[in-house]
Amino acid sequence: MIHDQELENRKLQYYLDMLRIRRFEEKVLEMFPRGVFFGTTHTCLGQEANAVGVLSHLGQDDIVFSNHRGHGHFLAYGGDMRSLFAELMGKSTGVCAGKGGSQHLHWNNFYSNGIQGGIAPVAAGMAMSEKLKKNWAVTIAFLGDGTLGEGVLYEALNMVSLWQLPIFFVLENNRIAQTTPVELAVSGNILSRFSAFNIPCLELETSDVMEIEIAASEMIKEIRTHTSPRALILHSYRFGPHSKGDDTRPVDEIERLYRDHDPVKIQAARLSSTQLETINTRVEKEVNDAYEAAISDPFPISMPRDSERATPTSG
Amino acid sequence: MGTVLDSLNTALHRAFAEDERLVLLGEDILDPYGGAFKVSRGLSDKYPQRVITTPISEAGIVGVGAGLALRGFHPIVEIMFGDFLPLAADQLINHVAKFRWMYNLPGRLPLVIRTPMGGRRGYGPTHSQTLEKIFMGVPGLDILAPHTLLDPGMLLISATRDHDDPVLFIENKLLYNLPVPGTNDLAEFDIREIPHPVAVQYSPTVIVRVKGAPAPQLTVTSYGYMADLSRQAVLQLAYEYEIFAELVIFSQLAPFCISPLADAASQTKKLVTVEEGTLNLGWGAEMVARLAEQPGLSLEAVMRVAAQDTPVPASGPLENETLPAVKQIIEAGQKIVQNR
Repeated sequence: MIHDQELENRKLQYYLDMLRIRRFEEKVLEMFPRGVFFGTTHTCLGQEANAVGVLSHLGQDDIVFSNHRGHGHFLAYGGDMRSLFAELMGKSTGVCAGKGGSQHLHWNNFYSNGIQGGIAPVAAGMAMSEKLKKNWAVTIAFLGDGTLGEGVLYEALNMVSLWQLPIFFVLENNRIAQTTPVELAVSGNILSRFSAFNIPCLELETSDVMEIEIAASEMIKEIRTHTSPRALILHSYRFGPHSKGDDTRPVDEIERLYRDHDPVKIQAARLSSTQLETINTRVEKEVNDAYEAAISDPFPISMPRDSERATPTSG
Repeated sequence: MGTVLDSLNTALHRAFAEDERLVLLGEDILDPYGGAFKVSRGLSDKYPQRVITTPISEAGIVGVGAGLALRGFHPIVEIMFGDFLPLAADQLINHVAKFRWMYNLPGRLPLVIRTPMGGRRGYGPTHSQTLEKIFMGVPGLDILAPHTLLDPGMLLISATRDHDDPVLFIENKLLYNLPVPGTNDLAEFDIREIPHPVAVQYSPTVIVRVKGAPAPQLTVTSYGYMADLSRQAVLQLAYEYEIFAELVIFSQLAPFCISPLADAASQTKKLVTVEEGTLNLGWGAEMVARLAEQPGLSLEAVMRVAAQDTPVPASGPLENETLPAVKQIIEAGQKIVQNR
């Protein structure tokens, strides 16, 4: 009975967590044309189950290193929605006081950077530091299929295996890099890239958060127990454009993806209509409130901290 | 009398003893080899857990160093040849130089990347370059270069301890075997140190004049090994040509403080810049530009001494022709003062 109750709670929690990401990203795309956000953005519509499933069993000291498509990871990690909106808007209340924007976030043990591949050795260094400290923390690094083209990734794979670092590579294969389908950019098979370095690897072909959660939590446990690297390949689908309105795929293909592979819909089917209604209303309100709060937040009035030391001219 | 190599090696031993969060990563740094230029000799025997030999992966190890630094360690990464630094350019520019600033980190990012640069050893086009100018314009990197008129080991210790931003530490290869002279060995010179404006950092600007010389007619500025050649040139200019120059030696190349050079140049109005990197778009050009912007300071004449804009040849005679030497500095000094 206790077990059933816990499972029930998890079902609800995962739905809630995924819906928060879904509605956040939709709000970003909806409001972008109004000019409220700076630069660009990369939404993770369709990949919500990856973020929520993988990060659902995180320990307090565990580290997450994300990439350009990192809003979902940030929110699933526990990051604050208003400060994420604010960061995208360049507000002083943003995650990094508006200095980083969408792709450059840091809060607690969460980091992201917008350079493909380059984050892999940095995450490896973090895993090495936690191993040296002997605190059993796991470092989780999110990669994409596009990252597989970058050589530095393989330098990192070599090193984490040589040094048996407690790192979890989660490769989200959304089968498209910007506009280039995976078939035009990735040769061979993905799993053997990890197994060539003796990194135990698993792949899942699913949009079901419950499946991802079970596999990820098992692997994270192994990493903690054995202090050694693991990799998880999640074959999933990106529903939205690479950034804003730059999708070259036909509309009916996107409709098919929503119909057959929607992680939010899959999870919704496990809940009652009352449960759904309650959560939907709550998330709708949370997203709108966070957005409105961020909109009213102030812009930084001058370059925060440090700018004065860029070129000291007197002394 | 110890060499620059001794000074750096001793400093690393001292830093390891004083700071247990210090770790060293690099290629072939384990004893008995102790690194291609022996700077890390003796460390892996003493601190096997904290000295990590790495695969040939410059981007990888700079990235690992950055990750360690973000999580509270004080890593020093050795890049075996400065020519390999471009392999880690993405790490340096898009990661290492950005983290502290873009993540709004409250503290330091304590990472030091050491690397030897420079030619005159016949290593040819890809093992002889002076490439630091590529990184001098990257905000978020402090760039230091030891020379023999300061304490090279202290410069390195301060790099690991006192800089907020990550440090790129440029060691000219020919410096390693040069003695670090005590004051007795420099009887022919008057030497004065101007501390860095960030008081806690040891990265002084050093001002050199020939002892007993009249007021300088010329300002020479340089850094690294070229500062040693410049000092020889300044001495010869005084003794053989009665041209009196003041030498301003930078130890912090970025971000840098122009005022010691501006003060010197405002007296002489004549400037020779000396660097081992190629001439075009180089360090000297930035010095000249910054002086030109100084209110009330108008230079009458400027010459830049630098490497020719070609790759560095392996053959000795060709290499000598390509890289600047004492002779070129003297010629520049004569030309600028005698207006020829």
